[in-house]
Amino acid sequence: MTLLAFARGPAMQAATLIMIAGMFWRLAGILLLRRKTAHAAARTPFLLRLAGGAKTIVTRTVPRKNFWPRVASGVSLGWVLHIGLFVILFAGAPHILVIHQITGLSWPNLPKGVIVIASALTLAALVALLARRLTHPVLRLLSNTDDYLSWLLVFLPISTGILLSGETVAGYGTLLALHIFSVEALMIWLPFGKLMHVALVFAGRGMMGFNFARKGAAT
Amino acid sequence: MSDQTAAPDQENLGAMLARRGFGRRSLLKFAIVMTSSLALPPSLAPVMADNLAKAKRQSVIWLSFQECTGCLETLLRSSAPTIDSLIFDFISLDYQESLMASAGAAAEHTLRQAVAANKGEYLLAIDGSVPVKDGGVYSLTGGRSNVSMLEEFAGSAKAILAIGTCAAYGGIPKAHPNPTGAVGVEDIISGKPIVNIPGCPPVPEVLSGVLVYFVSFGKLPDLDDRKRPLAYFGTTIHDQCYRRPFYDQGKFAKSFDDEGARQGWCLFELGCKGPTTHNACASLKWNNGTSFPIESGHGCIGCSEPDFWDQGSFYTSLAGSSATGWRNAGIAAAVGLAGGAAAALSARSKTPTIPEDKS
Repeated sequence: MTLLAFARGPAMQAATLIMIAGMFWRLAGILLLRRKTAHAAARTPFLLRLAGGAKTIVTRTVPRKNFWPRVASGVSLGWVLHIGLFVILFAGAPHILVIHQITGLSWPNLPKGVIVIASALTLAALVALLARRLTHPVLRLLSNTDDYLSWLLVFLPISTGILLSGETVAGYGTLLALHIFSVEALMIWLPFGKLMHVALVFAGRGMMGFNFARKGAAT
Repeated sequence: MSDQTAAPDQENLGAMLARRGFGRRSLLKFAIVMTSSLALPPSLAPVMADNLAKAKRQSVIWLSFQECTGCLETLLRSSAPTIDSLIFDFISLDYQESLMASAGAAAEHTLRQAVAANKGEYLLAIDGSVPVKDGGVYSLTGGRSNVSMLEEFAGSAKAILAIGTCAAYGGIPKAHPNPTGAVGVEDIISGKPIVNIPGCPPVPEVLSGVLVYFVSFGKLPDLDDRKRPLAYFGTTIHDQCYRRPFYDQGKFAKSFDDEGARQGWCLFELGCKGPTTHNACASLKWNNGTSFPIESGHGCIGCSEPDFWDQGSFYTSLAGSSATGWRNAGIAAAVGLAGGAAAALSARSKTPTIPEDKS
């Protein structure tokens, strides 16, 4: 079995199963946690609470104006990183092919050059965010192994993807295998670290907005 | 095809070509093409032409093992009678079971005679894989197993040419479940120069290039890490493909009869294995340079790579994977849910109530 065949076959299957099991484990664990009973009567009807949850998902994506000067660099870099990842994942032809293979859904792709530019910007944002984390006194204290491991596991697929698009350092097959392995490492770690925010971030914001709306607070 | 062993006083290639109406200019033109094909400096062309003109007939003993004869068919039907094909005429093919007139004991005698007359000097050409399971009983010639013949005749060969993917890596006979225990030549022979010329079938001009190089310079050409001639296998089909610009532009045919296919867009999404396949199809092409599979509208199936038959569907793109099925995903989700629920319930049992804030 070649390296590529292993990466595309058993390794991908194992990584997928671990990721699915891990994500459902985390979600079930969080959803079934004991919660405080709300004794007070709700101040808003259910539909308004839902709307409050949906609104918070959006409003918490942009910081409040008075915070902006302090968080501008971090938030901007975060936007570049996440938009870049979105473009790479959902507009790159090979990635659309994988999604099509799994779900049957397909849509037009962007040219390879555009994806490479998006990858380069994403990689630059990642590096800048790491530099910020290492130099910011509070962030550095707050950071743990999870942060750095998660950073590395996002960095590797993007960098191997750029190498793969250039096809210069090694053969296409080797680079593709390395790229797939790096994605598999990311998939395996995803449910168990901070990368789980992929699944939790909107649910968390939504729940918070829902509770705020229930109390009649601004969302 | 010669049924006789090579004699030392045979005419050289220059004399033979002259007798057939090819002058030195023709030989020089041919040498220029070959040096280009072999990625040699142009300055070597006159040297190659002179060496070829002086060259004596090179003895080649060709053994066919577990094969379909497709490789031989391709080489025989490679092109119109050019100097290229005369190179094939020029070599002394002292033994080839499918082509030689003799059979049975006479053929065996011919083989022994050829080996004895050219000991240490002949090229041993192999097509077909070598079955080793159960003592190699799955492919016999004259009651002898392929592996036994290979071990004997490789010993006194100057070098071995493994022609076709079967001889090079085991090929289709080696495909899962490999009932005969098929392997390639290099899995059995060590300590002897081996040139792999994979392909199902191999590009005939690659074999002629290797032979010309060997006859001209008395040594084998540079090889890559899989013992393939670097000049022909140094790049991938993808790198040489005329559809490559469409790959870079992100223009892919989605089916074999859509607008993209008619426009000649890249066949990557239709399963083309060009990016991972090393061969000379895209540059040398087939049928006298007419076309190659991608030019005919079908993706490369990667036939010159090891285990190509076991790499999944020819029509699944390299970007895809043999991802787990929905059933396995469902089982994984159920396991995760059960584990998470158990963990949460365990946590709940340890904290029966959440104390109210005192503030």
